[in-house]
Amino acid sequence: MIRLDDIGHWFRSERWLFRHLSMAVVPSEITAILGPNGTGKTTLLRALCGTLAVKEGSVHASEHIGYVPQALNADQAYSAVEMVLLGRSRFLGRFHAPGRRDTDRAHECLAEVGLSAIAEQRYDRLSGGQRQLVLLARALASDCRVLVLDEPASALDLANQGVVLRLIQRLARSRGLSVIFTTHHPDHALGIASNTLLMLRDAQHLYGPAGSVLTDDNLARMYGVPVRRVDVRSGGETVSAIVPLHGLSPAGPAAN
Amino acid sequence: MRWAALMWFLAAVLLLSVLCATASGRYQVPFAKVFAILAAHLVDVTSTWSPTDKIVVETVRLPRVLMAAVAGVGLALCGAVLQGLFRNPLVGPQTIGASSGAALGGVVAILFFGFGVYVYVGAFAGAALALLAVLAIHRSDSISPVLTLVLAGVVVSAFCAALVGLATYVADPETKLSDIVFWLLGSFGSATWQNLALISICTGVAAAVLFGMRWRINVLSLGDEEARTLGVHPARDRLILLAATCLAISAQVAVSGAIGWVGLIIPNLARMLVGADHRRLLPASALMGAIFLVIADTLARALTAAEIPVGIVTAIVGTPVFAILLRRNAKSRAT
Repeated sequence: MIRLDDIGHWFRSERWLFRHLSMAVVPSEITAILGPNGTGKTTLLRALCGTLAVKEGSVHASEHIGYVPQALNADQAYSAVEMVLLGRSRFLGRFHAPGRRDTDRAHECLAEVGLSAIAEQRYDRLSGGQRQLVLLARALASDCRVLVLDEPASALDLANQGVVLRLIQRLARSRGLSVIFTTHHPDHALGIASNTLLMLRDAQHLYGPAGSVLTDDNLARMYGVPVRRVDVRSGGETVSAIVPLHGLSPAGPAAN
Repeated sequence: MRWAALMWFLAAVLLLSVLCATASGRYQVPFAKVFAILAAHLVDVTSTWSPTDKIVVETVRLPRVLMAAVAGVGLALCGAVLQGLFRNPLVGPQTIGASSGAALGGVVAILFFGFGVYVYVGAFAGAALALLAVLAIHRSDSISPVLTLVLAGVVVSAFCAALVGLATYVADPETKLSDIVFWLLGSFGSATWQNLALISICTGVAAAVLFGMRWRINVLSLGDEEARTLGVHPARDRLILLAATCLAISAQVAVSGAIGWVGLIIPNLARMLVGADHRRLLPASALMGAIFLVIADTLARALTAAEIPVGIVTAIVGTPVFAILLRRNAKSRAT
């Protein structure tokens, strides 16, 4: 459905941001992309979506990709449902406005992310978590088969991170969507991704099943900080977490 | 539906203000007579009016009032569209340089070809060139795109104004100068049915295109990159929208001189009433722009014995409103 063949890209500096990168995504599969700032995660997503032409290699996408940007800027005062309705634009001609069916679809998608109640509220007045979900609903409204999300959980509190991640997982399973998302949290990749791409410095990368790529050594190499994976048993299940060893200790007598 | 009710209300207000504007002025024609004179075209009405009344209403006032209404529609629509396209509520036909570009184009046309249809062509070309110049200076990826855009508009406007000054300086004072000055000052006072037809056709075509693309404007207002991810290619759409905008602005400048502030403040007020969705914003802006300019022009000619240029009235109302908007905008961006 979506395949990257040996792609590479650089900006002005002629220094490769990434190179010889190949991967394929199939339905119902979730891929996480991790990497320090400036290693080209967002650039890679733009290449996937076709809004950026890579310098080397080729991108094959046979389906429409629903792109979910980070919900940062909100300078237009549209309502939540109008924002979702914008996802229908690719079905509308230059001189056409969305009709009843498009509006119904937009409300369905809002319901799917659990936001029916705030449909008429202004998007720029929603919380960060709600905005992120509205943008996700907009991608769903475009009837995409592939979902690409740029740091969907970065600006969210712990509870909302869980809401968004569970929703992504559910969508991949129930709708058979392929999902690709970037994140700064190795935990999130461990939690829901089947494959993981680690983007290292100097245009290096590692790609493979999440469990085998997300090792202490690989993560330490990527971030330049020692990390340890710990398993936490809660109830019947085991949850993995990645803990960075920054060498921090709280000030005060207890630290001695 | 709240929006539909508001539209009917605005349409009624517009009709009423057109009738009131036609009735008022130094030569008073009672409201009932205005209504009777106009109704006589549709049904049999026994004449209660003098021939002077009829001439004042039909030949002098009505074309002028209607022209103000059409110009108001054009300016407010263009302002709304430009604000959407440039993602900036502080943009209008004037701040973006299009109005002064049209003025320069018209002056150049008079200078070389004399008064005539060339003035329209010149005004259109001038508006288009000014917009292209602003686009060339402006980079959407600059650190402060909102500021550079407004500054680019200031720069282009200043350049056009300088060239207009140069043109009036070199123009032959015996023949061309008076034409140029008369045209530049332009007011709805020169309105004739012929003029009205011209501006109506241009504004009508532009309005049809702009309203037809109302949803595309929504998409483009998210920015190019996001529009592309939504499956819309922005370049050609933007070109069509800007061309339609230039058509409406240049037609307005050609018949009545550059009138500021309408295209800047009306869309902002309309947005407060109906929200940012251009499906509702464009009709609301059009009606409110028409009402505003009809009232402003009536005040301009009826307030004092000598007529005040309508641009002064719109500026007196527009500048404080703009100042308030500027404050609100700064506040909402700071939070």
